Amino acid sequence: MSHWKPICKLDDIPPLGSRIVRPPKGGDIAIFRTSDDKVFALHDKCPHKGGPLSQGLVHGERVTCPLHGWNIGLVDGRAVAPDVGGCDRFEVKVENGEVWLAI
Amino acid sequence: MSNPRLVLIGNGMAGVRTIEELLKIAPDHYEITIFGAEPHPNYNRILLSPVLAGEMTVPEIVLNELDWYARNGITLHTGKQVVAIDRVRRKVIADDGSEASYDRLLIATGSTPFMLPIPGNDLPGVIGYRDIKDTDEMIATAKVHKHAVVIGGGLLGLEAANGLKLRGMDVTVVHIGPWLLERQLDETAGRMLQRSLEDKGLKFLLQKQTEMLVQGESGRVAAVRFKDGMQIPADLVVMAAGIRPNYALAEKSGIYCNRGIVVNDTMQTYDPKIYAVGECVSHRGIAYGLVAPLFEQAKVAANHLAGYGIGRYTGSVTSTKLKVTGIDLFSAGDFMGGKDTEEIVLNDPHGGVYKKLVIKDNKLVGGVMYGDTADGPWYFQLLKDARDIHDIRDSLIFGQSLVGDVGHAGNSKAAAMADSAEVCGCNGVTKGTIVKAIKEQGLFTLDEVKKHTKAASSCGSCAGLVEQILASTIGGAYTPAASDKKPICGCTEHSHQKVREAIRNEHLTTKEAVFAELGWTTPNGCEKCRPAINYYLISTWPHEARDDPQSRLINERSHANIQKDGTYSVVPRMWGGLTTPAELRAIADVAEKYQVPTVKVTGGQRIDLLGIKKEDLPAVWADLNAAGMVSGHAYGKSIRTVKTCVGAEHCRFGTQLAMDMGVKLEKMLFDMYAPHKVKLAVSGCPRNCAEAGIKDVGVIGVDSGYELYVGGNGGIKTEVAQFLCKVKSDEEVMEYSGAFLELYRQEAWYLERTCHWLERVGLDYVKGRIVEDEDGRRTLYAALLAALKDAKDPWATSREAQPVKQFIPITVAA
Repeated sequence: MSHWKPICKLDDIPPLGSRIVRPPKGGDIAIFRTSDDKVFALHDKCPHKGGPLSQGLVHGERVTCPLHGWNIGLVDGRAVAPDVGGCDRFEVKVENGEVWLAI
Repeated sequence: MSNPRLVLIGNGMAGVRTIEELLKIAPDHYEITIFGAEPHPNYNRILLSPVLAGEMTVPEIVLNELDWYARNGITLHTGKQVVAIDRVRRKVIADDGSEASYDRLLIATGSTPFMLPIPGNDLPGVIGYRDIKDTDEMIATAKVHKHAVVIGGGLLGLEAANGLKLRGMDVTVVHIGPWLLERQLDETAGRMLQRSLEDKGLKFLLQKQTEMLVQGESGRVAAVRFKDGMQIPADLVVMAAGIRPNYALAEKSGIYCNRGIVVNDTMQTYDPKIYAVGECVSHRGIAYGLVAPLFEQAKVAANHLAGYGIGRYTGSVTSTKLKVTGIDLFSAGDFMGGKDTEEIVLNDPHGGVYKKLVIKDNKLVGGVMYGDTADGPWYFQLLKDARDIHDIRDSLIFGQSLVGDVGHAGNSKAAAMADSAEVCGCNGVTKGTIVKAIKEQGLFTLDEVKKHTKAASSCGSCAGLVEQILASTIGGAYTPAASDKKPICGCTEHSHQKVREAIRNEHLTTKEAVFAELGWTTPNGCEKCRPAINYYLISTWPHEARDDPQSRLINERSHANIQKDGTYSVVPRMWGGLTTPAELRAIADVAEKYQVPTVKVTGGQRIDLLGIKKEDLPAVWADLNAAGMVSGHAYGKSIRTVKTCVGAEHCRFGTQLAMDMGVKLEKMLFDMYAPHKVKLAVSGCPRNCAEAGIKDVGVIGVDSGYELYVGGNGGIKTEVAQFLCKVKSDEEVMEYSGAFLELYRQEAWYLERTCHWLERVGLDYVKGRIVEDEDGRRTLYAALLAALKDAKDPWATSREAQPVKQFIPITVAA
């Protein structure tokens, strides 16, 4: 059962950037902000070799892993073809400038 | 209102490629209908030869499966030949009576084999070589008959002959010309090819004119008779004497044709609603029969069909590679030469190697290679780039120096490698994997191969080898783009050069302005173009364009190097490789305080602290700053290190104060960003203990001053630095190396090391700007000093600035 947890202000995440969220259990979660202020959350672990996606470069609705350059879709957590694989996705919402995460 | 309708006649490689290009840039613009006379979806025609040779099967060469058409909402009519175009009512009519109306029509009817106009050319057992049906017929015939005659010793004829031989037939190739492949090879190479093919068991009859084909008792062809009276048995005759553009339909419909459907540079016919691409086209009087030019045409036609109106097709230089396993030949451009050209020839008939390069006005205009084609793609690139070869002329014939390329066990000839041999040592990709991907995925460019196989996608040292494999797998379909025209990435059509020029000429200072000015297709670029554009902006407009941290990759954002486990390594700067007891003590304290698991001395005379958590970085920097140390930039596309020997300060052989010179250079260049990393070295004498010969700028002290070397590299591609000039004083060392690096900063493309940039522009150009042009040199030097005048330690500035907060994870309570 997941619960909505308040995480941070939207402005705590730089546009085209990300932050790491460390939940009480389970691995780190990366939250991303796009140029049009959409927010997405993925398990902070690239499906390729486990690279921290939170350290990647955000463009459009994708993030490029900092280790070997795989592109991961922020919406579905899937690797962009021809690469295959995916990582867990988390529900996230922004209300009144506050970011909430379902964990 | 419904979408405009686009009809394509011809479900082949050129037509469907145009539709693919169109769907990329304007996915919902048209309602699309395709007519194909063959009963198959679009397949890779150039791989029919491997199918005939038994190396591949028909399903493997299909490029677009039926569900591709369905997915893209395309109405596909296979097995229907269009017999009329009604240009007044704007509709096409097929042989079964079905019709389709169009707003735009694209004709890509390809070509047909030229059937010699001789008696018997319509007998059973006489075929052309064009499609799956012909291939199937050859395979079936080989099972029950013995004698095959191929008329025509061109590419297609030889590939057919080779395939039929492998299928067990006794094959004779009849050719009217004086040697084989006379349109692709000169006589020497043609003869060498003939000998190799004879060794494989093929027979040849040259300068023979066929008079007639003789019918046998079964009603089938039985023999070929020549004008000189000679006659040879033949159960199968394959006509491969050339192709003819298939423009009968267009001509009948009143579209202007002249040995092909005549089009302008936008691929438009004389009827403005009708475009044409591929082998059926006559562009500036030339009909192309290789696939690479057709793809270039497809791109242009798609752009105009989409209504963008950008791009012109201006013709192609083509290269040739024969797809016969075990035979290496390559030719490109004007390989015959003439009275206004020069030739460089290497001929080793016993060793089976022949190379000829044709040069005009110091530029490579053509070449033929037989036996050793390893450098074919490189020569072809030089040719397309119209690179002045004057400075590399003496070694040109020996090819691109492959010395020092590592990671593929010293292999430099793709054809000789076994399928199990490792091509890409970074990602463990074998030759077999690459060939399979090229064939099964229908890959045509180096970038596609990189994406699908990962080969050459890390360090890139095997890129040349991968290009060779690509060239020998798809033959004439392979054409590299001129380097200055290669798009930066998938977000744009524009090249690095074009973007650099636009930023300078249009005075663009933000990435948004670049995206708008140059029509980027993505909202904020990608991981390839954003870092490049950010660098171009800040190097072109220093102190004016603002650095964008989100356009930098993580290492430059966090001023440390990310490691495989997500921790970072920290390298404090040691000017010229010098340190002090106090600094060492501070480093030791940091290592203990933050429990640094690994402390290592680097190749650039620094100390590396590995395994630091990101959230600890600001505190580590604070401690190192407190001891007077600053960032070592070991993470950036920037000045890395100036390595020094002990020099005349201590060494009994030293002629110059190498340590002092190194420290002065490193202080001058502090915080200098560049297209790629930059390393320097200063040695106090020619014994060169600081290894200045493999640095971007190497300074070697001699009794009378310093020698300056540039463009060395000790990494992926070991490259010995080239002598730039000799100078007398320390001040001159600063001025010349500063000016050289500023020229590199202003003109090289992002991720080009100095050696790659020098290879592209030539040392003569750099000497002209740095050594011979005194005013120019001073201007460049002044520009470098101005750009770096307020350089600050990035550790100190980011410790104080906002971004550091982002280094700390947000902890969520249970």
